[in-house]
Amino acid sequence: MRRLLFKSFVQGTLTEPAPAPDERALAELAARVSQASHRRLGRALSIREVDAGSCNGCELEIHALGNVLYDLERFGLRFVASPRHADVLLVTGPVSVNMREALERTYRATPDPKWVVACGDCARDGGLYAASPACVGGVSKVLPVDLHIPGCPPTPVVLLRGLLALLESVAADARGGGT
Amino acid sequence: MPTPNWQRSIKRREDWEQAAARLQDGELALLGLWGEPGFAHMALMEQTTDACVVLSVECPANRYPSVGRVHAPAIRPERALRDLVGLEPEGLPDTRPWLRHDGDYRFLPAEGESLHQIPVGPVHAGIIEPGHFRFTANGETVVRLEERLGYAHKGVNALMAGASLERAAALAGRLSGDSTVACSLAFAQAVEAALELEIPPRAAWLRALLAELERLANHLGDIGAVCNDAAFAILHAQFGLLRERVLRAADACFGHRLMMDRVVPGGVSCDLPPDGERRLRALVAQVRKDFPDLIEVYENTASLKDRTVGTGILTPALARQYAAGGFVGRASGRDFDARRTPGYAPYEALHFEVPVVHAGDVNARVWIRIREVEQSLALIEQILARLPPGSLACPDGPRSGRDAGEGAALVEGFRGDIFAWVRITPDGRVERCHLRDPSWFQWPLLEAAIEGNIVADFPLCNKSFNCSYSGHDL
Ligand code: SF4
Repeated sequence: MRRLLFKSFVQGTLTEPAPAPDERALAELAARVSQASHRRLGRALSIREVDAGSCNGCELEIHALGNVLYDLERFGLRFVASPRHADVLLVTGPVSVNMREALERTYRATPDPKWVVACGDCARDGGLYAASPACVGGVSKVLPVDLHIPGCPPTPVVLLRGLLALLESVAADARGGGT
Repeated sequence: MPTPNWQRSIKRREDWEQAAARLQDGELALLGLWGEPGFAHMALMEQTTDACVVLSVECPANRYPSVGRVHAPAIRPERALRDLVGLEPEGLPDTRPWLRHDGDYRFLPAEGESLHQIPVGPVHAGIIEPGHFRFTANGETVVRLEERLGYAHKGVNALMAGASLERAAALAGRLSGDSTVACSLAFAQAVEAALELEIPPRAAWLRALLAELERLANHLGDIGAVCNDAAFAILHAQFGLLRERVLRAADACFGHRLMMDRVVPGGVSCDLPPDGERRLRALVAQVRKDFPDLIEVYENTASLKDRTVGTGILTPALARQYAAGGFVGRASGRDFDARRTPGYAPYEALHFEVPVVHAGDVNARVWIRIREVEQSLALIEQILARLPPGSLACPDGPRSGRDAGEGAALVEGFRGDIFAWVRITPDGRVERCHLRDPSWFQWPLLEAAIEGNIVADFPLCNKSFNCSYSGHDL
């Protein structure tokens, strides 16, 4: 144990530099975020992840955001256990019919202002499952979506760039809109 | 290459019932139960000879004799079969729906003094898949856990019916994202068995390389996650780092971190790049260097072992009855690994051990993973040293074989054995397909393992099982 702690101490920081926010995501967000005048949130967002019937591939990569190389929390982004503490719902999966109600209730339990991010190709439009009667077919069929992060699954870097774009937009909007 | 020893037969009702009785007696193991309009199917393995067979029974008026009536592991598959295809299992003791969620759901009653219920999910506190757990507790002690699953049900079997092989392979590769290589492999092998396709040796070896990398990544992640659920953050961080290194190496070599869509019917869709061997050898060296120190910390931290030793015990009898695969079975004395039995290329040419222990607690499931990490590292090295040259797929893809047919396969994913069955039509489409995730026969055992433990130990037990929701929910 002591050896491990010592090694961690001498080897320096493993966390990598931040990627730039995604341009395309910034453009998608510009339209939506600036419409509302939100109270100032500072540079921090709390995220509640909701698996709405994913294959779990998206969750694996969202999890990876927490590892020491990406270290999501240094950006003021953190995952919270309850929608009542969340600013952002990060939703994966094609929205299975069986998860629809739970997703809607989670959204209602999230206080305003709030943003919805659809994570992965399934969440965009149902992806491979679009034709299935067991799926609603994309998060936007159920909730207003502010940002889509593409990929199957999106890599941690792509996820990070999308979330950083959201953070920038919200912060800029809060500055512009005043309190 | 295609598993040769799958017999196939359509049986009369009496034979079907006799097979159910032999399951009850423990002579057979249930590998899967599924169906289609007019027929129920069952995949079985003889416990003594390891011979595998797919049995079918005709269902006049959409009814067949329930297997779950005498053999509990068949109950959930039969409930699912009724939901998905409308076949009625006569005599099934549990008549509630399973994958179809409409109307109210009646949880099983628990009676006694001072009991209270704790409902959890389908949206959980962490970043995990959706499912509902209904605990009945007496103070801190769990008296009964009942799972309700199906929230991730996407209609995979229905989407498979009529799909092109390409689309079906993509669906198979997304049955359970953490097992994408193994699920793709099971599907591909079933297709190859159906079409009597012989894949090139290099393809088989590359598949094993992908599969061992997948096992390595998942086991590393799981060991760290169990430690995390015991609030031991430093090991979670360290194992998370090792897992990330595996995924990055996979990405660098094969162009996808999880290696999705790399195993396809007829072969593989990617080769090891020129610097791939160097990268993977460096990865193996790095894990070999860091892993023992971490395991030493795990083993010598009393506060951590206090949480894992003796927690969530699964008895060998239950593991055997449910034919539980993977670390769940092997931590409870079930000596089974599909790479060895029925076995598939190239594992007969590789040297590896299948670790088995009997304690059946969280610690045992962690230790099986630790041993399997070591085995996978050794397998990756053997594969790199002996990777045969040659092509990556059959020259004309799946069309190199015969036109139509039916095939089955059993493949060892990180979580346990995955069963696949497919029937292909003469125009090269999937007529029917069923993929049975290992979790079908592990989820029910979690209910048994948690009994008598405290509620606060549930996350630990759950993570040590790490069952798939998506893979189970279809
Ligand atoms: S986008 Fe891909 S990885 Fe994500 S849930 Fe859908 S199939 Fe799985």
